[in-house]
Amino acid sequence: MEELFNFELTWQLIRDDEYVRTALLAAAILGLVAGVLGPLIVSRNMAFAVHGTSELSFTGGAAALLIGINIGYGALIGAVVAALIMGLLSRRSSEHDSVIGVLLAFGLGVGVLLLWFYPGRASNKFGLLVGQIVGVDFASLALLSVCAVGVFVVLAVIYRPLLFASVDAELARARGVPTRALAAIFAVLVGIATALGVQTVGALLVLSLMVTPGAAAARVTASPLRATLLAVVFAEIAAVGGIVLSLAPGAPVSAFVCTISFVIYVICWTISVARGRPRKLTGGSAIEPAGRRESVVVSR
Amino acid sequence: MTVDNPTDTTTTTSTAISLRGATLSYGDRVLWDGLDLDIAPGEFVAVLGPNGSGKTSLLRVLLGLQRLSAGTVEVAGARPGRASRSVGYIPQQRALDPSLTVRGRDLVGLGLDGHRWGIGFGGMRDRRRRVTDAVAAVGATDFADRPVGLLSGGEQQRLRVAQALVGDPAVLLCDEPLLSLDIANQRAVSTLIDKRRRDADTAVVFVTHEINPVLPLVDRVLYLVDGRFRIGTPDEVMTSKNLSELYRAAVEVIKVRGQIHVVGVHSGLCEDESHHHLAEAE
Repeated sequence: MEELFNFELTWQLIRDDEYVRTALLAAAILGLVAGVLGPLIVSRNMAFAVHGTSELSFTGGAAALLIGINIGYGALIGAVVAALIMGLLSRRSSEHDSVIGVLLAFGLGVGVLLLWFYPGRASNKFGLLVGQIVGVDFASLALLSVCAVGVFVVLAVIYRPLLFASVDAELARARGVPTRALAAIFAVLVGIATALGVQTVGALLVLSLMVTPGAAAARVTASPLRATLLAVVFAEIAAVGGIVLSLAPGAPVSAFVCTISFVIYVICWTISVARGRPRKLTGGSAIEPAGRRESVVVSR
Repeated sequence: MTVDNPTDTTTTTSTAISLRGATLSYGDRVLWDGLDLDIAPGEFVAVLGPNGSGKTSLLRVLLGLQRLSAGTVEVAGARPGRASRSVGYIPQQRALDPSLTVRGRDLVGLGLDGHRWGIGFGGMRDRRRRVTDAVAAVGATDFADRPVGLLSGGEQQRLRVAQALVGDPAVLLCDEPLLSLDIANQRAVSTLIDKRRRDADTAVVFVTHEINPVLPLVDRVLYLVDGRFRIGTPDEVMTSKNLSELYRAAVEVIKVRGQIHVVGVHSGLCEDESHHHLAEAE
């Protein structure tokens, strides 16, 4: 346990170990992408979709491992295919969740089968599920960077209409915003980011970077810009901080990433409660019941 | 202020909305046929009728989301959808998601440039001033920095009015904007809409199932029933004879203390039913 606070060893690893430095760089890029997408994911209620996408990304990664290509490409293909299916197949949110559940379970099952076929080392297999960021090599880092830049460029173009569609889809449609196309494009962006996350924190724990920072930011600010900046800071602290803390004890990275992320969320949640800004479910200045009931009828 | 004959104003300004022989049908079902309607700047037209009579579809045509089966339509001198900036739209009040990381002023700002691509760092100062003005004009300054999802229905609807007006529209399209608001907020929202069309000569098309809250503001009524329609002032259209012909059933119109009540029609005037028509149209 005392190894956790062995700063000397930690510093030595960061200074001398190329793999560690590459991993830190990868984590920083990942934190940036996840942080920027996070508030939009939360606003669009896509947490479960992210989880589903990450499981299919795992399937893609497992397939890549078996046929011997870069796991990153496999994860990317799996995630983008999953995102497109989820984005296009159903629009009604009730149906949406069950479609994700169906795909997720099937994808995970297929992935497990593919891994069973794989004759190689078990640590590679395990890594896809819970992450192995220190295994990120230069090729992966290049792929990561290219994907991140691509995500930012596309997001910069679609940001305003996407925000509009996320806030009030009907209003946005009335103003000529192509809400369906934007939903599909955003799903692909989320798929790409998720695939990047799968290689680092693993398929099971991607949510801790893609959703938790955004959700934490949403507790403490309502400004879209501030929420994005905070989510980036939170995701960076979790991703980079998680690696740094894991170095000395040599423990799994994802455990630290998830814990830091969770602690940040709890802090933000406490702040929002202390500020006396309870969410609607717990009372406060809620809308009259008629308004709520109607939203169920009218929403897509 | 009532514009009795809209063609009189064409010498100074063009018509805000022009429908010529407009027909909308889904397969065999004709919603309306041969609709000719010119709406002048500053005119307030209420669109009435039972559910499924094509009120919301008319708005969708004017917004450019739905194409006519026949005839032509012009909104603010352009094809619908092309003049997106000069058209404001106020939808029904629906609760916004409380988890949205969006303040009231952000919602209003989206009405200005939310349909544009890119981040839009240019003209930030001008944008901020216009949003602040629009928020102030609807009396929403006090709550414009709070998360929209935590505001009351009336507060959200005021912001939607600001959102519709911030682009300085020539035409304002309203789809049951008073629905599920209490009477004080109904009055506040309809007063804001009325003020706008008087100050800025904005033409207003106001879809509603209940004319009384806006009766003092209405210049003309478009009453749609089963493909038939009547256009005219409320006094001209809202008569027992007219509505009986439209509904092809005995309908009685009773005027009490400046209000109009239609007796003998159960569909469309029942408050609960109108909540569903938008879902059907989607």
